[in-house]
Amino acid sequence: MMLSRVADSIYWMSRYVERAENISRFINVNLSLILDQQLEGHEQWEPLVRITGDYEMFKAKYGQATGDNVIEFLTFDKEYPNSIFSCVRSARENARTIREAISSEMWEYLNRLYLKVRDRANHKREVLTTDAHQFFTEIRLAGNLFDGITDNTLTHNEGWHFCRLGRLLERADKTSRMLDVKYFILLPSLADVGTPYDELQWSALLRSASAYEMYRKRHGRITPEKVVQFLMLDGEFPRAMLYCITKSEESLHDITGTPMGAYANYAEQKLGSLRSELAFTSTKDIIRKGIHEFIDDFQDNLNNVDAAIYKTFFELSVPGS
Amino acid sequence: MRFEQYQLDGFYDEMFNPDGTPRSGALVLYQRLRSLSEGELLRYQQAAERALLNLGITFQVYSDNEGTEKIFPFDIIPRIVPADEWRVIESGLRQRIHALNLFLQDIYDQARIVKDGVIPEDVIRSAKTYRSICEGLKPPGGIWCHVTGTDLVRDRDGQIYVLEDNLRCPSGVSYVLENRRVMKNTFPGVFADTHVRSVSDYPGKLLDILQQLAPAHIANPEVVVLTPGIYNSAYFEHSFLAQQMGVELVEGRDLIVQDGFVHMRTTRGLQRVDVIYRRIDDDFLDPQAFRPDSALGVPGLMEVYRAGRVALANAPGTGVADDKVVYAYVPKMIRYYLGEDAILPNVPTYLCWQENDRRHVLDNLDKLVVKAANESGGYGMLVGPHASEAEREKFAALIKASPRNYIAQPTLGLSRVPVIAGDTIEGRHVDLRPYILYGKDIYVLPGGLTRVALKKGSLVVNSSQGGGSKDTWVLSGNGGRNSGPNHGGGLSP
Repeated sequence: MMLSRVADSIYWMSRYVERAENISRFINVNLSLILDQQLEGHEQWEPLVRITGDYEMFKAKYGQATGDNVIEFLTFDKEYPNSIFSCVRSARENARTIREAISSEMWEYLNRLYLKVRDRANHKREVLTTDAHQFFTEIRLAGNLFDGITDNTLTHNEGWHFCRLGRLLERADKTSRMLDVKYFILLPSLADVGTPYDELQWSALLRSASAYEMYRKRHGRITPEKVVQFLMLDGEFPRAMLYCITKSEESLHDITGTPMGAYANYAEQKLGSLRSELAFTSTKDIIRKGIHEFIDDFQDNLNNVDAAIYKTFFELSVPGS
Repeated sequence: MRFEQYQLDGFYDEMFNPDGTPRSGALVLYQRLRSLSEGELLRYQQAAERALLNLGITFQVYSDNEGTEKIFPFDIIPRIVPADEWRVIESGLRQRIHALNLFLQDIYDQARIVKDGVIPEDVIRSAKTYRSICEGLKPPGGIWCHVTGTDLVRDRDGQIYVLEDNLRCPSGVSYVLENRRVMKNTFPGVFADTHVRSVSDYPGKLLDILQQLAPAHIANPEVVVLTPGIYNSAYFEHSFLAQQMGVELVEGRDLIVQDGFVHMRTTRGLQRVDVIYRRIDDDFLDPQAFRPDSALGVPGLMEVYRAGRVALANAPGTGVADDKVVYAYVPKMIRYYLGEDAILPNVPTYLCWQENDRRHVLDNLDKLVVKAANESGGYGMLVGPHASEAEREKFAALIKASPRNYIAQPTLGLSRVPVIAGDTIEGRHVDLRPYILYGKDIYVLPGGLTRVALKKGSLVVNSSQGGGSKDTWVLSGNGGRNSGPNHGGGLSP
C-alpha cells in the first residue's frame, strides 16, 4: 500500500532517468553512424528528432536540423521537456517530492546528477565540442548506476515494482524508437541492404543498445532479421522489447497480487494483451507488416498501457469527492 | 587559523571569557581551530557546504526560478553549551512548557486564569490566534503543544532570556540533525575529546509521542506528516522527518474525510489515518473550519478531530500563547499554575495597550525593539537603534492606531560566537532554539538550532533575513578530557 501520489512520482522518477539514458543512446548511435558513413550531416540528424515525436517543436525553434542544434535540443534545451537536462531535472523533482519514500542514496545520487548536468548545461559549448562522447557515456552510466542503487537500497515491495514498471516500459518504448532510427536512415539507401555498410549500421545500433556482444553470442553473424529478432523478441536480453514487457507485467502483478495470466484491472488487461501479442509474433510477421508500422502500433499500445496505469493506480477517484 | 584579530567588542562571547581566554568547554575546540593552517579551515567550510548541497539540504526561496533552493548558510565553528548551563536551560524549558500546556488546557475550558484576574479576558479574546472553535476541546492526554521550539537569547551580562515560545509548527530541527551529521565528518577528533551529547534520537522520540496520541485500542496507528507541499520553505524538513520516522508524508490533496474518519488515497484505495503531525498552520488546516479559501488543508478534518477519531499534533489553538502580548504573561502563568518562579525569565516587555507602557515606548523608540504581536520570522519589527527617523515615525503611528497589536522590548546585546567571515574569524550575534517534545513526559533535545546573524552587526538571525546556522554542542561533562586549569592560551590582549 502506498500513496497514489507517491506511486505516481516513483513511476515517473524512474521513467525520466531511463529516458535521459536512452536519449544519450540515440545520440550515440547517430554519432557512430555518421562517423562510419561520412554522410552529409543534416540528412542524418533530422530523423533523430522525428522519432522523438517532437519534430514540430524543434523546427519552430531551430529550423534546419544540423548535428549541433539537434544535439543541443536533445541534450540541454531547458524548454524541451524531453531533453536530457529536462529529464534529469524532472526525475530529481519527482524524487524530491518522495524523499521519504525512497532511500537517501537514491535521492542523493539523483541530486548530484542534477547538479552536475546543470553545471554541464552552463558550459554546453565546451561539452558539445570536446567532451560529447564522455558526457553521453556518463549519462548512460548514470542510468545504470541509479538502477543499481535502487535495486540494492530500496525494499523490493510496491515502490520498487512501480519503479521497475516505469523503467521497463520506458526502455521498451526507447528500444523500439532506436530501431526506428535505423529504419529512417535506411530509407534513402535501400540498395545498401546486406552490404558491409549495412552491417556497420546494424552493429552501431546494437552497440548503442549495449547489445553487441550479447547479440554475437546468441546469433553470431549480423543480419537484419536476427537483429530485429534480438532487440524486439528476445526474452532474456534486458533491453529487448519482449523482455521489458514481460518483466514489467511481472511487476504489475506483484503490485496487485493478481495471478499471471489473468487480469483484475484495465492496466493488467492492456499490458497482458501487449505482452502476448509480442510473445506470439515472429520476425517474419514483423517484416511482412513493416518494421516501422509494427513499431508505430507498439508505441500506441504502450501509450494505452501508461494511461491505464494512471487510471488504475494514480488517479484514485473517490465517490462523492 | 588565527584569532589575533578577534574582538569581543564588549559582548558576551559564547566561546571566550571576557579576558580573552577560551571558556573551559571550548578549550579542545579552540586548540583544534588554532592548529589548523590558514587554508584548512576554509577548506573544511567549503567541504561542509558542498556536503549540504549534495545531500539536498535546502530551503525554498520564493520568486526565483532556476535556483529555487538554497542551502541554509552554515558556519562550521560550533556553539558550545556547558553542561551546568544546559541543566538550567533544560529545567527552565520543562517548567515553561508544563505551565504553557496547563494554560492552553485552561483557556479553552474554564479559563480560571482569567476569572482569577491573572490575565485580562480582553488580552486573550483580542489575540488573532485565539480559536474559539477550540473551546471545550479535550486533546488526547490533555496535551496541546507536543512539539515546541523555544527561542532563547543571551544578553551582554550573560543572562539567558526566553524570546519566543513557538508553540505552533516550529521548524529547524532537521538542520540540527543534518548539521551534526556534517560536523561529525568534519571534526571527528574534537567530537571524541569534547563529549558532545547526541541529538540523533529525536526522530525516534517524536514517533513515540505521535503514536501515543492514537486511541489505545489501535495496535499499529497510522501516523503521517502533513505538509503544505514542495513549495513550502520548510519542505525539506517535513520530508526529512517523515523519512526518519518511516511514515508517510502527505499533502492535503492526499487526504479525504469519509464516513467520519480521515483517510489517505493509496494505490489500494482509502487507508485510515490515526495521527497527523501537521506542519500547516491552523488557518489552512480545514477550509470548513478556518479559512475557506485554503486549498492546502482537508475539508472536514476539524469535525473528525473533535469527535476524537484523529489526533493532531500540535493541537489547533496553541498559537494563542505565541501572541506576544500573551507571552508577556507567561511568568505569571508559571506562578499561577505551578506556584513557582520562572527559571528562565522573559525579556522585559512593554505592552502598548497599557497607557503607561505606551507612553514609555513612544518616548524611547530609538532604544527599543518594537514587534507586532502576531508576526514572526523577523517581520513587522522595528529595531529602534538601527532604524531611520522615518521608520520610527511609521511605527509610532502604527502603535497609536492599534496599541493592542504592539509590544516593545529593550534592545538586547545578543551574545556572539566566532564565525568564518571571508578569510578572518569575527564575532556574530546568535540565538538558540532548543526543541521540546511533550508526550508521557517532557523531553528536551540536548542541542538545538543556533541561528547566527551573518551580516556584521546585525541582530536578526532569521533565515529569511540573512541568517545562518551552526551546530550546537551541549556537553555531557564540563569541558571533556582537557578541562581543568586553563593553559590553552587565549586571545591577544
